[in-house]
Amino acid sequence: MSNTVASIVAVGDINVAQNVGFGVIALMMIVAAIRVVSTSDVVHAALWLVIVLAGVAAQYILAAAEFVAVSQVLVYIGAVMVLFLFGIMLTRAQIGGDRDVNNPTWALGIPAAVLLLGVLAWAVLDGVDELQGVDDSVIVDRGPAPTVQISDNFIGPYLVPFLALSFVLLAAAIGAIVLARKD
Amino acid sequence: MLAANFLLLAAVIFCIGVYGVVARRNAVLVLMSVELILNSVNLNLVAFAVMNHTIDGQVFALFVIAIAAAEVGVGLAMVLMVYRNRHSISLDELSEMKG
Repeated sequence: MSNTVASIVAVGDINVAQNVGFGVIALMMIVAAIRVVSTSDVVHAALWLVIVLAGVAAQYILAAAEFVAVSQVLVYIGAVMVLFLFGIMLTRAQIGGDRDVNNPTWALGIPAAVLLLGVLAWAVLDGVDELQGVDDSVIVDRGPAPTVQISDNFIGPYLVPFLALSFVLLAAAIGAIVLARKD
Repeated sequence: MLAANFLLLAAVIFCIGVYGVVARRNAVLVLMSVELILNSVNLNLVAFAVMNHTIDGQVFALFVIAIAAAEVGVGLAMVLMVYRNRHSISLDELSEMKG
């Protein structure tokens, strides 16, 4: 297990700049995520969440998933964050901190999260041995551009889920209007 | 092992999100923690796409992004409705269905 950990933490034979970029963005994301769940100001939590979402988009670009990264920026940072800020505004959160945002039993969440992290990290590190031979460098020639492949998949093998998803979105939009209507 | 790094980062973000869901009382903050969880899952899917040299992981990630957008819309509408009826969005006060 120890050399497994070392091989993960070590720079390895892939791009050094990629690893450094990954580390910096990952650190930023983890700090921001902890602030999201620890700050007592709801508006600040939303703004820290923007940092996390932008970091996720940057990681997608590192993983050569440009289309997903652009979608992340448009959907999450654009639309979802505006929804969150409107939700905060309409529920009249106190600006400048609210002592009352946590459950009385909030401390139970810490052992639960640490235990879960232990299990997940063990599972990843245990399975990583099988990945040793796998070439996971992101700079590989995969034929047509990823965006072309994504669109081919959406209107090919994944057409039925795609149509189902459109109905789900339509139902969600109508449902949100019905729920939030004032009468 | 860039892909394994992605998986570890996603595990950390997922656990932070789980802590938020458990610890928070404000409904909007719980929804934000759910967003953290969904984003960590998306990171995993993209990492799997890198590992397997297929595009399917990215397609699944796009599906999850769309579902998450729908979930936030409906969730915030429900929070607004609860606030309008009770003038509070504290989740521990919503205990009418407790047995």
